[in-house]
Amino acid sequence: MKNIIIDPITRLEGHGKISIFLNDAGEVENAYLQIPELRGFERFCIGRKAEDMPLLTSRICGVCPVAHHMAGTKTLDAAFNVEPPSAAKKLRELMYCGYFIYDHTLHFYYLGGPDFIVGPDAPPEKRNIIGVIEKAGLDIGKEVIKHRAYGQRITEIIGGKATHPVCGLPGGISKPLSEEDRKEIENMASSSVNFAKFSLKLFRDIVLGNSKYVDLIKSDAYTLKTYYMGLVDENNKVNFYDGKIRVVDPNGKEFLKFEAKNYLDHIAEHVEEWTYVKFPYLKKIGWKGFVDGPESGAYRVGPLGRLNAADGMATPLAQEEYEFMYKTLGGKPVHSTLAYHWARLIELLYASERALELSRDPEITSKDVRNKPGEPGEGIGVVEAARGTLIHHYVLDENALIKDVNLIVATVNNSPSINMSIRNAAKGLIHGDKVDHGILNMVEMAFRAYDPCFGCATHFAVGQMPLTIEIYNKEKKLLKTVQR
Amino acid sequence: MVKEKLKFAFYWAASCGGCEIAVLDINEKILDVLQLADIVFWPVAMDIKYKDVENMPDKYIDVCFFNGGIRNSEQEHMAKLLRQKSKFLVAYGACAQLGGIPGLANMTNKEEIFEKVYKTTFSTVNPNGTVPKPKVTVKEGELDIPEFYDTVRTLDQTVDVDYYVPGCPPAVERTLYALDVIAKGELPPKGSVLAPLKSVCDECPRKKENKKISKIYRVYEKAPDPERCLLEQGIICMGPATRGGCGARCLKADMPCTGCGGPCPNAPEQGAAMISALASILGLEEEKDKYTEEEVEKLISQIKDPIGTFYMYALPASILRRKVMRE
Repeated sequence: MKNIIIDPITRLEGHGKISIFLNDAGEVENAYLQIPELRGFERFCIGRKAEDMPLLTSRICGVCPVAHHMAGTKTLDAAFNVEPPSAAKKLRELMYCGYFIYDHTLHFYYLGGPDFIVGPDAPPEKRNIIGVIEKAGLDIGKEVIKHRAYGQRITEIIGGKATHPVCGLPGGISKPLSEEDRKEIENMASSSVNFAKFSLKLFRDIVLGNSKYVDLIKSDAYTLKTYYMGLVDENNKVNFYDGKIRVVDPNGKEFLKFEAKNYLDHIAEHVEEWTYVKFPYLKKIGWKGFVDGPESGAYRVGPLGRLNAADGMATPLAQEEYEFMYKTLGGKPVHSTLAYHWARLIELLYASERALELSRDPEITSKDVRNKPGEPGEGIGVVEAARGTLIHHYVLDENALIKDVNLIVATVNNSPSINMSIRNAAKGLIHGDKVDHGILNMVEMAFRAYDPCFGCATHFAVGQMPLTIEIYNKEKKLLKTVQR
Repeated sequence: MVKEKLKFAFYWAASCGGCEIAVLDINEKILDVLQLADIVFWPVAMDIKYKDVENMPDKYIDVCFFNGGIRNSEQEHMAKLLRQKSKFLVAYGACAQLGGIPGLANMTNKEEIFEKVYKTTFSTVNPNGTVPKPKVTVKEGELDIPEFYDTVRTLDQTVDVDYYVPGCPPAVERTLYALDVIAKGELPPKGSVLAPLKSVCDECPRKKENKKISKIYRVYEKAPDPERCLLEQGIICMGPATRGGCGARCLKADMPCTGCGGPCPNAPEQGAAMISALASILGLEEEKDKYTEEEVEKLISQIKDPIGTFYMYALPASILRRKVMRE
């Protein structure tokens, strides 16, 4: 049996590796995505002060620290049995929208988007942000840099620091918003709405205007029929900050709807020996291995998971785009992994519209931003991180020190599906040892769509993820190396 | 004569990615960096492999910015390789400099971490007690992953380091300062931290009244006066023991400094420096020359989780380093 190792040299080289095994006929037998890294937060947070958890856990990911900070803060609300004042909730959500603007912009233009904008079979040296600028123009490039920075700035204003904010407290946030800062956020949000509209138009022109791309999106190699999960509000619309967790089955029918505090009734995690990441699944169905379909407990989260799990978007422009996507791709749910990119842009528009709404809310500059916490106990908190549903669970002792911790991190939810997507793409595209750069990129596209957190640094800079494929024969003798 | 462009490298080990974002947060000034230097190795960005780094002549890279602590075998290997290939090795950010927040894992060890993460977390279902292993045989062949160590080490506990850029992550002005001294060739003596000599306290705009405190408040117990020193309001703030250069960002958000800038130059043991600062301000309401043991105990017992409080970012770099492991 031959073994192909795709060892990306990005964060993925240190923190992720794909091994593909071929059978004697030269067809793909199986594929493994290995996460070679662990830091052990669930253990070393034990004994720490509960109020430090939003700071400690934000270091799980410096690309999405706001998600952990917020999940931690909401978990503290629950653990101290305190409801924040309405203005504090709105400020938290406003900061959260800033984070989505920053993060989704980063992914679409620096990492995922180049595959479409420049083209999946374009030369590798062009398939990056610089290629995007060449194709779309320098002015666009400047807009991209500007709006990524706007998202960061919104977090900085409310949170103190853009990366690793500090404002979250049980029962509220540390500081009210001044009128001057509110005005600055309003201007940035307003600009972001236009930027998001523009981004969707760019996607329509370049991707949907090209039938080759549309065929690719709909192809079997990129299709996975799974359950989908996401937070929804009382009208079953997508919500990033709060709501109930809704799960739909592969036919789009509601399968579960539950409050975060009951997550243990519905989600469990499986362990494998060959990777440091765990594999979550729906408890009701059970762990059935790396298979999709209604009989498998695997589910998907993140932009497409959220849109599939909801009935729509809560803002008008995003709702229009939501309807248009499902109309174009043939109704709900959409199982194409590549549609994650489209869903991400619709969410960018929603985040911008919602940020604008909140920045104009008369209550947003209220000084009433913290309530007094109650006695320490146990708490569970959930938010939608850019990459999916994120659950924190803490048990506090009588001194409000951490006694136990459980974390289900966004990308981890997707880990069974990412493995399957890579395997399916490899099976569909790799035949024998005829492996070229284009095929490598298409295999890579299968997991890049998820915007996986373990490769989160690949969000930026020249966005091209280098790969090495090494093909070995049965005796482990190197037959061929393909690099790009 | 046209000055030859410098060669930069960036690498990350046991970190969160925030340091990479910190580089990107210099926004349009990243274009100046590209004027100044060619980036010859940036795994997140460029098509250059480990093997290509191995093939570089020694000292080929002018400056390597290394973020993250050392927590597994692969990270150790890369630290050694990049040291060999670089003229200057810069520990960028709190994890490389001090071990950082993941360094709090030195209060435990590999066995305890695996036990918690893979066996006893609430949502884990693992009847066979499976844990990841460096080498595994699956039905199709063999798979390997790096070996997880018991102890997190700083970069300079692994290889020789030339400079340090503090912060979690470094503030934009720290990154720009580092690039500036490199561009001008005005690097300070080896071993320097590229930050002002002053403390966070010195940069903090809050009013100090030299008041004693008798009660310590947790951050959620008290909404502080936004104008006054937090420490003097009874909230533990690491400002006096932490190197500045961040603009006292957290204080501006009405939250205390937690120490990410690392120790001040004249007091390299950050936690001890903070304990000493606290000792000089903490006292009973009625001043006494001598406290009874009980009174001292009562005052000190208000400080919860001293390791997490005084060494949130710097446990691996401290004299404590880790919790003692016994067979």
